[in-house]
Amino acid sequence: MTTKPRAGPAVPVILVSVFLAGPVLAGLAGTLLPAFGYLPALGRTGFSLEPIRHLFQQPGLMTSVWLSLATGLMASVLSLAIVLLFVAGWSGTRTFRRLTRFLSPLLSVPHAAAAIGLAFLIAPSGFLVRLVSPWVTGWTRPPDVLILNDPLGIAMTMGLVAKEVPFLFLMTLAALNRPRIQEYFKAGASLGYGRVATFFTIVLPQIYPLIRLPVLAVIAYATSVVDVAAILGPTTPAPLAPRLVLWMNDPNLAYRLMASAGALLQLAVSAVALGTYLAGERLIAATSKRHLVTGHRHLRERTARYGGLLVMVTIIAAMVLSLMLLGLWSAARSWWFPAVLPQAWNVMRMADTLGMSLGLLGTTVALASASALVATALTLWLLENRDHRKTSSSRRLKTLVFLPLLLPQISFLFGLQLLFLSADFSGTFTAVLLAHLVFVLPYAFLALSDPWARLDPRYAKAAAAIGASRGRIFWQIRLPLLLRPVLVTLAVAAAVSVGQYLPTLMVGAGRIVTVTTESVALASGGSRQSAALLALLQLGVPLAGFVLAALLPALLHRNRAAMRLER
Amino acid sequence: MHTNSETTGLFLQNVALHLGETLLLRIDCRIEPGTVLTVMGESGSGKSSLLDFIAGFLRPDFQASGKILLDGQDLTPLNPQERHIGLMFQSPLLFPHMSVLQNLMFAIPASVRKRSIRREMAQQALDDAGLAGFGSRDPATLSGGQQTRVALMRTLLAEPHALLLDEPFSNLDKARRADIRALVFDAAREKGLPVLLVTHDEEDATAASGKVHVLDESGPGNGCV
Repeated sequence: MTTKPRAGPAVPVILVSVFLAGPVLAGLAGTLLPAFGYLPALGRTGFSLEPIRHLFQQPGLMTSVWLSLATGLMASVLSLAIVLLFVAGWSGTRTFRRLTRFLSPLLSVPHAAAAIGLAFLIAPSGFLVRLVSPWVTGWTRPPDVLILNDPLGIAMTMGLVAKEVPFLFLMTLAALNRPRIQEYFKAGASLGYGRVATFFTIVLPQIYPLIRLPVLAVIAYATSVVDVAAILGPTTPAPLAPRLVLWMNDPNLAYRLMASAGALLQLAVSAVALGTYLAGERLIAATSKRHLVTGHRHLRERTARYGGLLVMVTIIAAMVLSLMLLGLWSAARSWWFPAVLPQAWNVMRMADTLGMSLGLLGTTVALASASALVATALTLWLLENRDHRKTSSSRRLKTLVFLPLLLPQISFLFGLQLLFLSADFSGTFTAVLLAHLVFVLPYAFLALSDPWARLDPRYAKAAAAIGASRGRIFWQIRLPLLLRPVLVTLAVAAAVSVGQYLPTLMVGAGRIVTVTTESVALASGGSRQSAALLALLQLGVPLAGFVLAALLPALLHRNRAAMRLER
Repeated sequence: MHTNSETTGLFLQNVALHLGETLLLRIDCRIEPGTVLTVMGESGSGKSSLLDFIAGFLRPDFQASGKILLDGQDLTPLNPQERHIGLMFQSPLLFPHMSVLQNLMFAIPASVRKRSIRREMAQQALDDAGLAGFGSRDPATLSGGQQTRVALMRTLLAEPHALLLDEPFSNLDKARRADIRALVFDAAREKGLPVLLVTHDEEDATAASGKVHVLDESGPGNGCV
């Protein structure tokens, strides 16, 4: 109240904008120019439409485009529908609380690891077929059916759903934490409305604005995903994004220009998907308005409720089984079809692979810790500064921070790679760190801004009234009070960094390799054992982070009853 | 519609609420149609849990014994939706994405099928609350007192058989409080609804002019005085 807001934008706002917008804008420009034939680094200085013409001459291009659009949009809408139906039917019940405990850790499973595990589960030679072979099916060798990499992309869609459901679920859960939302559930019930009807007519319209950005981010991601597509997706032809990566790495320079043109096409595909979703959203909002006040209580909801529960439990079971299969495969020596469990174990080989992966693991951990620290520190700075200046632009800030997640990664990573290459910066730790930050920072902000806003402002006021400086209030009051959410943010940020496949692949240029890039490379062609072990390591890093985030506050605040987790 | 027999009204039969080992409250009381039972107590005395138990929202970590009978029917095994109990909260909880009129139409049973009749009923309710012409307004633009009136009408339009009031007057300024209290109690008397009012305001209890049940440190409730 005594401090006057200074004029001009604050330092942390500028910093965050530079970290986010810098790489994105530079990357987009770096993609745009080569798409029109301009790439001085490789001696192309004239503009032409040749790369675009070349792109559209590629066989099956339209199929690829269609696959990206359909699988991405379908997976996103399906994930949202599953989450909403489950939350509608079960929120506030004991079942709900129990399943929440399973879903939260699943969020930290990187996409690639989940996809590899799922492949072990559903492949023709996978665990599910083994379970019923040969005694039911009569198969003594894996059936010759395309369950994995099916041409319609069903396996890929399922893989994306399994991964996006935990994410959207936790976003919805956070939205349900808004004040009074639980009372609205009661208000609906006491007016005679069923659980599901109450959720969709009263609660969802209020919390939807909070889950909309995450849904859009899921659509942008799912329509341009590379790692999941490479492991589970169709191959003849593949969806657009994995084909682009192949072209980008082609020694033939013409293919690189074409890949840039393709990245623009990818941008258009994701934009069309987002537009389609937004149009559908409007349509539903408009048509449901009339139904809102007809007074139908929809009390026959058993099918909807148990349907939602069944799908949710299936997803959790599939994920848990997949992760267990990763463990089994990484220690197996021989595991011939149709044996349900490995016939022979080889822990020595596992130890060998582990020893050889230590370098990879080191790089992964270093990248994860560095990007987590930078992202969390920047987020804290940003939030503290916003409070201090009492700017109420929190919505605008959130949109800015979220923007990189609404673009397909590939559309600006190509340009960024080319820029870094010409600056001789490519393949360095710093370059990869910068690329990771673009994606880590939004999640750090997402994880921390709510707990920060929920902290009772009177603590800071009380401290200020005693005469504590701004710095002291931050270091000695706010930070200790927010220890748990800050640690969780660090863990989330580290998990996001570990999950980054495309940024590491593109900007790392083969010199910076993490367990994630390596596991995807091994999964498509290498040994199952090594792929499984690397996928497990991928899991291990975020897991260690979350365990630390849970243990440290318990240790530090062991004598402070009020600092324990609320029930 | 109510006969003055033994079974009418809301009967809290030997109700006791426990949280773990501690007894929170005990009550055994019949609320006749059109009358008000006031339950008084400081925060933390289990008042809200009692309402939750009657309306069917009791959290699973509480243990409850006893029965809730409404016009002779045992509500205890029923879902909240089937209990026909109208609930008014501390805050009016108007649905912010609907207009005032839509808030009211939302509550009218689906058996009233014609849209025009539904609209008329909602308009009539607004008139009764002294809010004619407010139908198309955004609920957020109404004053606290006006919001509480709309909330009352919304509760009544759902045709409840009993009313539970969870300190619905506590957020109103003193001048408005008496008006709205009178509106609520008159409506309940006119419709012959048993009312359970939870409050920590002595004035509320006096205005309700019915039985008072006090939860205080001396014990978990002292029967129904």
